Amino acid sequence: MEPIDGKADRIIRRGLRLSAAAFVGLLLVYVLALGYTPVEARQGVAQKIFYLHVPAAWSALLAFSLVGVTGALYLWLQDPRLDRFAAASAEVGVAFSAVMLTTGPIWARPIWGTWWTWDARLTLTLFLFFLFVGYLALRAALHDPAERARFSAVVGILGLLLVPFIHLSVYLFRTLHPQPIVLKPSAPSLPPEMLRTLLVSTLVFTLLYAGFVTARYGLALADERRELEEGSDVG
Amino acid sequence: MQLILAVAGKDIRAELRSRTALLSALVFAALVLVVFNFARDPTALSATALAPSVLWVTFALAALLAMNRAFTIERENSALDGLLLAPVSREALFLGKLLANLAFVGAVELVTLPLFTLFFNVSLWSSLPGILGTTVLATIGFVAVGTIFSAMAVRTRHAELLLPVLLLPFMVPPLIGAVQVTSRLLAARPWSEMLGWVRLLALYDIVFVTLCTLVFPAVVDE
Repeated sequence: MEPIDGKADRIIRRGLRLSAAAFVGLLLVYVLALGYTPVEARQGVAQKIFYLHVPAAWSALLAFSLVGVTGALYLWLQDPRLDRFAAASAEVGVAFSAVMLTTGPIWARPIWGTWWTWDARLTLTLFLFFLFVGYLALRAALHDPAERARFSAVVGILGLLLVPFIHLSVYLFRTLHPQPIVLKPSAPSLPPEMLRTLLVSTLVFTLLYAGFVTARYGLALADERRELEEGSDVG
Repeated sequence: MQLILAVAGKDIRAELRSRTALLSALVFAALVLVVFNFARDPTALSATALAPSVLWVTFALAALLAMNRAFTIERENSALDGLLLAPVSREALFLGKLLANLAFVGAVELVTLPLFTLFFNVSLWSSLPGILGTTVLATIGFVAVGTIFSAMAVRTRHAELLLPVLLLPFMVPPLIGAVQVTSRLLAARPWSEMLGWVRLLALYDIVFVTLCTLVFPAVVDE
Protein backbone atom coordinates (compact mmCIF):
# COMPACT_ATOMS: atom_id res chain seq x y z
CA MET A 1 0.00 0.00 0.00
CA GLU A 2 1.40 3.39 -0.91
CA PRO A 3 1.82 5.86 1.94
CA ILE A 4 -1.24 8.05 1.85
CA ASP A 5 -0.58 10.22 4.77
CA GLY A 6 2.55 10.64 6.87
CA LYS A 7 0.69 10.89 10.14
CA ALA A 8 -1.35 7.72 9.68
CA ASP A 9 1.80 5.92 8.58
CA ARG A 10 3.67 7.08 11.65
CA ILE A 11 0.88 5.89 13.95
CA ILE A 12 0.68 2.50 12.25
CA ARG A 13 4.43 2.07 12.56
CA ARG A 14 4.33 3.04 16.22
CA GLY A 15 1.55 0.48 16.76
CA LEU A 16 3.53 -2.22 15.01
CA ARG A 17 6.62 -1.43 17.09
CA LEU A 18 4.58 -1.65 20.28
CA SER A 19 3.02 -4.93 19.17
CA ALA A 20 6.45 -6.33 18.26
CA ALA A 21 7.76 -5.43 21.72
CA ALA A 22 4.68 -7.08 23.23
CA PHE A 23 5.30 -10.24 21.19
CA VAL A 24 8.82 -10.44 22.56
CA GLY A 25 7.25 -10.04 26.00
CA LEU A 26 4.82 -12.82 25.15
CA LEU A 27 7.76 -15.15 24.47
CA LEU A 28 9.06 -14.23 27.91
CA VAL A 29 5.66 -15.08 29.39
CA TYR A 30 5.79 -18.51 27.76
CA VAL A 31 9.26 -19.13 29.13
CA LEU A 32 8.24 -17.95 32.59
CA ALA A 33 5.00 -19.93 32.59
CA LEU A 34 6.66 -23.14 31.46
CA GLY A 35 10.03 -22.90 33.20
CA TYR A 36 9.77 -20.57 36.16
CA THR A 37 6.39 -21.19 37.77
CA PRO A 38 5.81 -24.35 39.80
CA VAL A 39 3.31 -26.94 38.60
CA GLU A 40 0.06 -26.46 40.46
CA ALA A 41 -0.57 -29.34 42.87
CA ARG A 42 -4.18 -30.18 42.03
CA GLN A 43 -4.58 -28.99 38.46
CA GLY A 44 -1.21 -30.00 37.07
CA VAL A 45 0.02 -28.43 33.85
CA ALA A 46 -3.50 -27.42 32.78
CA GLN A 47 -3.19 -24.50 35.16
CA LYS A 48 -0.47 -22.95 32.96
CA ILE A 49 -3.12 -21.58 30.61
CA PHE A 50 -4.04 -19.24 33.45
CA TYR A 51 -1.12 -16.99 32.45
CA LEU A 52 -2.71 -16.37 29.07
CA HIS A 53 -6.39 -16.63 29.92
CA VAL A 54 -6.53 -14.10 32.75
CA PRO A 55 -4.46 -11.39 31.03
CA ALA A 56 -6.49 -11.85 27.82
CA ALA A 57 -9.67 -11.40 29.86
CA TRP A 58 -8.18 -8.30 31.44
CA SER A 59 -7.36 -6.80 28.04
CA ALA A 60 -10.81 -7.65 26.67
CA LEU A 61 -12.58 -6.01 29.61
CA LEU A 62 -10.27 -3.01 29.38
CA ALA A 63 -11.06 -2.72 25.67
CA PHE A 64 -14.81 -2.93 26.16
CA SER A 65 -14.95 -0.47 29.04
CA LEU A 66 -12.93 2.02 27.01
CA VAL A 67 -15.41 1.63 24.12
CA GLY A 68 -18.23 2.69 26.46
CA VAL A 69 -16.28 5.53 28.04
CA THR A 70 -15.01 6.95 24.73
CA GLY A 71 -18.54 6.59 23.35
CA ALA A 72 -19.91 8.80 26.11
CA LEU A 73 -17.06 11.27 25.60
CA TYR A 74 -17.72 11.31 21.87
CA LEU A 75 -21.34 12.31 22.30
CA TRP A 76 -20.14 15.13 24.50
CA LEU A 77 -17.05 16.39 22.61
CA GLN A 78 -17.83 15.19 19.05
CA ASP A 79 -14.15 14.51 18.43
CA PRO A 80 -13.64 11.99 15.60
CA ARG A 81 -10.46 10.75 17.27
CA LEU A 82 -12.55 9.33 20.09
CA ASP A 83 -14.68 7.39 17.64
CA ARG A 84 -11.67 6.02 15.82
CA PHE A 85 -10.25 4.90 19.14
CA ALA A 86 -13.54 3.26 20.18
CA ALA A 87 -13.72 1.34 16.90
CA ALA A 88 -10.13 0.15 17.22
CA SER A 89 -10.69 -0.81 20.84
CA ALA A 90 -13.84 -2.80 20.01
CA GLU A 91 -12.08 -4.78 17.29
CA VAL A 92 -9.11 -5.57 19.48
CA GLY A 93 -11.46 -6.40 22.35
CA VAL A 94 -13.29 -8.94 20.20
CA ALA A 95 -9.95 -10.55 19.36
CA PHE A 96 -8.91 -10.75 23.02
CA SER A 97 -12.26 -12.10 24.13
CA ALA A 98 -11.96 -14.76 21.43
CA VAL A 99 -8.67 -15.76 23.08
CA MET A 100 -10.37 -15.71 26.47
CA LEU A 101 -13.36 -17.74 25.27
CA THR A 102 -11.14 -20.40 23.65
CA THR A 103 -8.52 -20.76 26.37
CA GLY A 104 -11.27 -20.98 29.01
CA PRO A 105 -12.93 -24.18 27.74
CA ILE A 106 -9.53 -25.78 27.02
CA TRP A 107 -8.78 -25.38 30.72
CA ALA A 108 -12.31 -26.17 31.90
CA ARG A 109 -12.50 -29.52 30.12
CA PRO A 110 -9.87 -31.31 32.26
CA ILE A 111 -10.50 -29.28 35.43
CA TRP A 112 -14.29 -28.85 35.57
CA GLY A 113 -14.99 -31.86 33.38
CA THR A 114 -17.00 -29.80 30.94
CA TRP A 115 -16.22 -27.38 28.14
CA TRP A 116 -18.81 -24.86 29.18
CA THR A 117 -20.94 -24.07 32.19
CA TRP A 118 -23.46 -21.28 32.68
CA ASP A 119 -21.47 -19.68 35.42
CA ALA A 120 -22.12 -15.97 35.91
CA ARG A 121 -18.73 -14.85 34.70
CA LEU A 122 -18.72 -17.13 31.67
CA THR A 123 -22.16 -16.02 30.60
CA LEU A 124 -21.29 -12.39 31.06
CA THR A 125 -18.17 -12.56 28.91
CA LEU A 126 -19.99 -14.50 26.23
CA PHE A 127 -22.64 -11.79 26.01
CA LEU A 128 -20.02 -9.09 25.99
CA PHE A 129 -18.49 -10.85 23.01
CA PHE A 130 -21.87 -10.96 21.23
CA LEU A 131 -22.55 -7.36 22.10
CA PHE A 132 -19.35 -6.14 20.52
CA VAL A 133 -19.70 -8.34 17.48
CA GLY A 134 -23.04 -6.57 17.06
CA TYR A 135 -21.29 -3.23 17.58
CA LEU A 136 -18.87 -4.03 14.77
CA ALA A 137 -21.67 -5.30 12.53
CA LEU A 138 -23.50 -2.00 13.00
CA ARG A 139 -20.35 -0.05 12.17
CA ALA A 140 -19.81 -2.09 9.04
CA ALA A 141 -23.38 -1.46 7.91
CA LEU A 142 -23.18 2.33 8.19
CA HIS A 143 -21.37 4.53 5.71
CA ASP A 144 -21.71 8.11 6.86
CA PRO A 145 -18.79 8.59 9.31
CA ALA A 146 -20.60 11.04 11.61
CA GLU A 147 -23.68 8.84 11.78
CA ARG A 148 -21.56 5.76 12.37
CA ALA A 149 -19.75 7.51 15.20
CA ARG A 150 -22.96 8.65 16.90
CA PHE A 151 -24.71 5.30 16.58
CA SER A 152 -21.79 3.27 17.80
CA ALA A 153 -21.29 5.65 20.72
CA VAL A 154 -24.90 4.98 21.73
CA VAL A 155 -24.41 1.21 21.53
CA GLY A 156 -21.17 1.51 23.50
CA ILE A 157 -22.83 3.45 26.31
CA LEU A 158 -25.86 1.17 26.50
CA GLY A 159 -23.54 -1.83 26.46
CA LEU A 160 -21.53 -0.51 29.37
CA LEU A 161 -24.74 -0.21 31.41
CA LEU A 162 -25.94 -3.63 30.34
CA VAL A 163 -22.97 -5.35 31.97
CA PRO A 164 -24.11 -5.01 35.60
CA PHE A 165 -27.61 -6.16 34.63
CA ILE A 166 -26.43 -9.30 32.88
CA HIS A 167 -24.10 -10.06 35.76
CA LEU A 168 -26.82 -9.52 38.36
CA SER A 169 -29.44 -11.56 36.55
CA VAL A 170 -27.13 -14.48 35.82
CA TYR A 171 -25.81 -14.38 39.37
CA LEU A 172 -29.31 -14.36 40.82
CA PHE A 173 -30.25 -17.16 38.47
CA ARG A 174 -27.43 -19.34 39.66
CA THR A 175 -27.71 -18.69 43.37
CA LEU A 176 -31.40 -19.47 43.34
CA HIS A 177 -30.87 -22.59 41.26
CA PRO A 178 -27.93 -24.39 42.79
CA GLN A 179 -26.18 -26.48 40.17
CA PRO A 180 -23.98 -29.53 40.65
CA ILE A 181 -20.98 -28.38 42.65
CA VAL A 182 -18.32 -27.33 40.21
CA LEU A 183 -14.75 -27.73 41.24
CA LYS A 184 -13.46 -24.22 41.27
CA PRO A 185 -10.24 -22.89 42.74
CA SER A 186 -11.38 -20.46 45.40
CA ALA A 187 -8.85 -17.70 44.88
CA PRO A 188 -5.82 -19.44 46.34
CA SER A 189 -3.07 -17.20 47.54
CA LEU A 190 -0.55 -17.57 44.75
CA PRO A 191 3.09 -18.52 45.22
CA PRO A 192 5.27 -15.53 44.34
CA GLU A 193 6.51 -17.13 41.10
CA MET A 194 2.97 -17.50 39.83
CA LEU A 195 1.99 -14.02 40.87
CA ARG A 196 5.05 -12.48 39.22
CA THR A 197 4.42 -14.35 35.99
CA LEU A 198 0.79 -13.29 36.01
CA LEU A 199 1.78 -9.66 36.53
CA VAL A 200 4.32 -9.81 33.71
CA SER A 201 1.76 -11.41 31.47
CA THR A 202 -0.88 -8.81 32.32
CA LEU A 203 1.60 -6.09 31.48
CA VAL A 204 2.47 -7.80 28.21
CA PHE A 205 -1.19 -8.15 27.27
CA THR A 206 -1.85 -4.52 28.09
CA LEU A 207 1.06 -3.58 25.86
CA LEU A 208 -0.31 -5.89 23.17
CA TYR A 209 -3.66 -4.13 23.49
CA ALA A 210 -2.02 -0.71 23.19
CA GLY A 211 0.00 -1.84 20.17
CA PHE A 212 -2.96 -3.35 18.35
CA VAL A 213 -5.21 -0.37 19.06
CA THR A 214 -2.57 2.09 17.94
CA ALA A 215 -1.97 0.22 14.68
CA ARG A 216 -5.70 -0.12 14.10
CA TYR A 217 -6.20 3.56 14.84
CA GLY A 218 -3.60 4.48 12.27
CA LEU A 219 -5.23 2.20 9.71
CA ALA A 220 -8.60 3.82 10.34
CA LEU A 221 -7.03 7.22 9.86
CA ALA A 222 -5.40 6.14 6.58
CA ASP A 223 -8.72 4.68 5.47
CA GLU A 224 -10.54 7.93 6.17
CA ARG A 225 -7.94 10.01 4.34
CA ARG A 226 -8.14 7.72 1.32
CA GLU A 227 -11.92 7.87 1.23
CA LEU A 228 -11.72 11.63 1.47
CA GLU A 229 -9.25 11.80 -1.41
CA GLU A 230 -11.28 9.46 -3.58
CA GLY A 231 -14.38 11.45 -2.76
CA SER A 232 -12.73 14.72 -3.77
CA ASP A 233 -11.47 13.16 -7.01
CA VAL A 234 -15.01 12.25 -7.99
CA GLY A 235 -16.64 15.44 -6.77
CA MET B 1 -47.22 14.81 27.47
CA GLN B 2 -49.68 15.85 24.81
CA LEU B 3 -46.94 15.71 22.22
CA ILE B 4 -45.95 12.23 23.34
CA LEU B 5 -49.53 11.07 22.91
CA ALA B 6 -49.75 12.78 19.52
CA VAL B 7 -46.67 10.95 18.24
CA ALA B 8 -47.88 7.65 19.65
CA GLY B 9 -51.40 8.22 18.35
CA LYS B 10 -50.11 8.85 14.84
CA ASP B 11 -48.26 5.53 14.83
CA ILE B 12 -51.14 3.58 16.30
CA ARG B 13 -53.63 5.09 13.82
CA ALA B 14 -51.35 4.27 10.90
CA GLU B 15 -51.05 0.72 12.16
CA LEU B 16 -54.76 0.26 12.70
CA ARG B 17 -55.49 1.45 9.17
CA SER B 18 -53.26 -1.11 7.51
CA ARG B 19 -53.18 -3.83 10.16
CA THR B 20 -50.69 -5.86 8.10
CA ALA B 21 -47.82 -5.68 10.60
CA LEU B 22 -50.04 -6.37 13.59
CA LEU B 23 -51.71 -9.34 11.94
CA SER B 24 -48.48 -10.88 10.75
CA ALA B 25 -46.92 -10.44 14.18
CA LEU B 26 -49.91 -12.21 15.73
CA VAL B 27 -49.81 -15.07 13.26
CA PHE B 28 -46.08 -15.32 13.83
CA ALA B 29 -46.52 -15.55 17.60
CA ALA B 30 -49.16 -18.25 17.21
CA LEU B 31 -46.88 -20.21 14.88
CA VAL B 32 -44.00 -20.02 17.32
CA LEU B 33 -46.25 -21.47 20.01
CA VAL B 34 -47.28 -24.30 17.70
CA VAL B 35 -43.69 -25.07 16.75
CA PHE B 36 -42.71 -25.12 20.41
CA ASN B 37 -45.35 -27.71 21.11
CA PHE B 38 -43.68 -30.08 18.65
CA ALA B 39 -40.20 -29.30 19.96
CA ARG B 40 -41.06 -30.88 23.29
CA ASP B 41 -41.29 -34.55 24.15
CA PRO B 42 -44.59 -34.70 26.08
CA THR B 43 -43.61 -37.88 27.91
CA ALA B 44 -40.34 -36.42 29.15
CA LEU B 45 -41.25 -32.85 29.94
CA SER B 46 -44.54 -31.58 31.32
CA ALA B 47 -46.11 -28.54 29.69
CA THR B 48 -45.95 -26.50 32.89
CA ALA B 49 -42.21 -27.05 33.26
CA LEU B 50 -41.57 -25.56 29.87
CA ALA B 51 -44.43 -23.03 29.81
CA PRO B 52 -42.62 -19.92 31.15
CA SER B 53 -39.75 -20.28 28.71
CA VAL B 54 -42.09 -20.90 25.79
CA LEU B 55 -44.15 -17.87 26.66
CA TRP B 56 -41.17 -15.54 26.92
CA VAL B 57 -39.29 -16.77 23.90
CA THR B 58 -42.48 -16.26 21.91
CA PHE B 59 -42.91 -12.75 23.31
CA ALA B 60 -39.29 -11.90 22.56
CA LEU B 61 -39.44 -13.10 18.95
CA ALA B 62 -42.76 -11.40 18.27
CA ALA B 63 -41.46 -8.17 19.82
CA LEU B 64 -38.36 -8.26 17.62
CA LEU B 65 -40.55 -8.60 14.58
CA ALA B 66 -42.86 -5.84 15.74
CA MET B 67 -40.12 -3.36 16.53
CA ASN B 68 -38.56 -3.55 13.10
CA ARG B 69 -41.66 -1.76 11.92
CA ALA B 70 -41.37 1.31 14.19
CA PHE B 71 -38.92 3.25 12.06
CA THR B 72 -39.30 1.50 8.72
CA ILE B 73 -42.60 3.31 8.31
CA GLU B 74 -40.78 6.60 8.95
CA ARG B 75 -38.20 5.84 6.30
CA GLU B 76 -40.67 5.84 3.45
CA ASN B 77 -41.05 9.29 1.89
CA SER B 78 -38.55 10.56 4.50
CA ALA B 79 -41.39 10.86 7.00
CA LEU B 80 -38.86 11.05 9.82
CA ASP B 81 -37.51 14.35 8.50
CA GLY B 82 -40.99 15.78 8.75
CA LEU B 83 -41.29 14.58 12.31
CA LEU B 84 -37.93 16.06 13.20
CA LEU B 85 -38.90 19.41 11.72
CA ALA B 86 -42.10 19.50 13.74
CA PRO B 87 -41.91 21.44 17.01
CA VAL B 88 -41.58 18.29 19.07
CA SER B 89 -38.73 17.81 21.50
CA ARG B 90 -36.57 14.76 20.83
CA GLU B 91 -37.47 13.38 24.22
CA ALA B 92 -41.19 13.59 23.46
CA LEU B 93 -40.58 12.00 20.08
CA PHE B 94 -38.75 9.09 21.65
CA LEU B 95 -41.32 8.57 24.37
CA GLY B 96 -44.11 8.73 21.80
CA LYS B 97 -42.40 6.15 19.65
CA LEU B 98 -41.80 4.03 22.74
CA LEU B 99 -45.47 4.27 23.70
CA ALA B 100 -46.60 3.23 20.22
CA ASN B 101 -44.20 0.29 20.26
CA LEU B 102 -45.42 -0.72 23.69
CA ALA B 103 -49.02 -0.63 22.49
CA PHE B 104 -48.07 -2.72 19.51
CA VAL B 105 -45.99 -5.31 21.38
CA GLY B 106 -48.56 -5.29 24.20
CA ALA B 107 -51.37 -6.08 21.77
CA VAL B 108 -49.40 -9.03 20.41
CA GLU B 109 -48.70 -10.25 23.93
CA LEU B 110 -52.30 -9.86 24.97
CA VAL B 111 -53.49 -12.08 22.14
CA THR B 112 -50.67 -14.58 22.60
CA LEU B 113 -51.52 -15.13 26.26
CA PRO B 114 -54.91 -16.84 25.74
CA LEU B 115 -53.48 -18.88 22.85
CA PHE B 116 -50.72 -19.96 25.17
CA THR B 117 -53.14 -21.15 27.87
CA LEU B 118 -55.10 -22.96 25.18
CA PHE B 119 -52.17 -24.71 23.53
CA PHE B 120 -50.24 -25.54 26.67
CA ASN B 121 -53.17 -26.21 28.93
CA VAL B 122 -51.90 -23.90 31.65
CA SER B 123 -54.42 -22.21 33.87
CA LEU B 124 -53.51 -18.56 34.23
CA TRP B 125 -56.58 -17.26 36.04
CA SER B 126 -55.21 -17.45 39.56
CA SER B 127 -51.98 -15.68 38.67
CA LEU B 128 -53.24 -13.43 35.90
CA PRO B 129 -52.58 -10.05 37.61
CA GLY B 130 -49.04 -11.13 38.42
CA ILE B 131 -48.38 -12.38 34.91
CA LEU B 132 -49.73 -9.19 33.37
CA GLY B 133 -47.64 -7.07 35.74
CA THR B 134 -44.50 -9.03 34.95
CA THR B 135 -45.20 -8.74 31.26
CA VAL B 136 -45.55 -4.97 31.50
CA LEU B 137 -42.39 -4.61 33.61
CA ALA B 138 -40.25 -6.80 31.39
CA THR B 139 -41.61 -5.42 28.12
CA ILE B 140 -41.02 -1.73 28.89
CA GLY B 141 -37.28 -2.24 29.32
CA PHE B 142 -36.46 -4.11 26.17
CA VAL B 143 -38.89 -2.15 24.03
CA ALA B 144 -37.11 1.06 25.10
CA VAL B 145 -33.77 -0.31 23.94
CA GLY B 146 -35.43 -1.83 20.88
CA THR B 147 -36.97 1.49 19.89
CA ILE B 148 -33.60 3.20 19.83
CA PHE B 149 -31.92 0.31 18.03
CA SER B 150 -34.63 0.14 15.40
CA ALA B 151 -34.12 3.86 14.73
CA MET B 152 -30.46 3.05 14.07
CA ALA B 153 -30.99 -0.18 12.19
CA VAL B 154 -33.30 1.35 9.57
CA ARG B 155 -30.45 3.56 8.43
CA THR B 156 -28.63 0.43 7.25
CA ARG B 157 -29.47 -1.97 4.46
CA HIS B 158 -29.95 -5.03 6.64
CA ALA B 159 -32.16 -3.68 9.39
CA GLU B 160 -34.01 -6.98 9.84
CA LEU B 161 -30.76 -8.73 10.63
CA LEU B 162 -29.03 -6.04 12.62
CA LEU B 163 -31.83 -5.36 15.08
CA PRO B 164 -31.89 -8.87 16.59
CA VAL B 165 -28.09 -9.05 16.73
CA LEU B 166 -27.95 -5.77 18.64
CA LEU B 167 -31.04 -6.23 20.75
CA LEU B 168 -30.86 -9.85 21.89
CA PRO B 169 -28.04 -9.30 24.43
CA PHE B 170 -30.17 -6.50 25.89
CA MET B 171 -33.17 -8.79 26.11
CA VAL B 172 -31.31 -11.28 28.29
CA PRO B 173 -31.75 -9.66 31.73
CA PRO B 174 -35.48 -8.90 31.32
CA LEU B 175 -36.12 -12.33 29.81
CA ILE B 176 -34.32 -14.19 32.59
CA GLY B 177 -36.18 -12.13 35.16
CA ALA B 178 -39.56 -12.57 33.49
CA VAL B 179 -39.13 -16.33 33.10
CA GLN B 180 -38.15 -16.66 36.74
CA VAL B 181 -41.11 -14.64 38.00
CA THR B 182 -43.55 -16.39 35.67
CA SER B 183 -42.47 -19.86 36.72
CA ARG B 184 -42.83 -18.91 40.38
CA LEU B 185 -46.24 -17.40 39.73
CA LEU B 186 -47.40 -20.56 37.96
CA ALA B 187 -46.12 -22.67 40.84
CA ALA B 188 -47.93 -20.35 43.30
CA ARG B 189 -44.75 -19.54 45.20
CA PRO B 190 -44.76 -16.78 47.83
CA TRP B 191 -44.14 -13.20 46.78
CA SER B 192 -40.88 -12.97 48.70
CA GLU B 193 -39.26 -15.40 46.26
CA MET B 194 -40.00 -13.13 43.32
CA LEU B 195 -39.23 -9.79 44.89
CA GLY B 196 -35.57 -9.79 43.89
CA TRP B 197 -36.44 -10.43 40.27
CA VAL B 198 -39.22 -7.85 40.22
CA ARG B 199 -36.77 -5.28 41.58
CA LEU B 200 -34.28 -6.20 38.87
CA LEU B 201 -36.94 -5.75 36.18
CA ALA B 202 -38.03 -2.40 37.58
CA LEU B 203 -34.44 -1.18 37.86
CA TYR B 204 -33.77 -2.21 34.27
CA ASP B 205 -36.81 -0.24 33.12
CA ILE B 206 -35.80 2.89 35.01
CA VAL B 207 -32.18 2.81 33.87
CA PHE B 208 -32.81 2.06 30.22
CA VAL B 209 -35.86 4.25 29.64
CA THR B 210 -33.94 7.20 31.13
CA LEU B 211 -30.75 6.44 29.27
CA CYS B 212 -32.46 5.85 25.93
CA THR B 213 -34.41 9.09 26.25
CA LEU B 214 -31.13 10.91 26.90
CA VAL B 215 -29.19 9.45 23.98
CA PHE B 216 -32.04 9.45 21.45
CA PRO B 217 -31.15 12.91 20.06
CA ALA B 218 -27.75 11.50 19.06
CA VAL B 219 -29.55 8.93 16.92
CA VAL B 220 -31.87 11.21 14.97
CA ASP B 221 -30.07 14.59 14.86
CA GLU B 222 -27.56 15.22 12.12
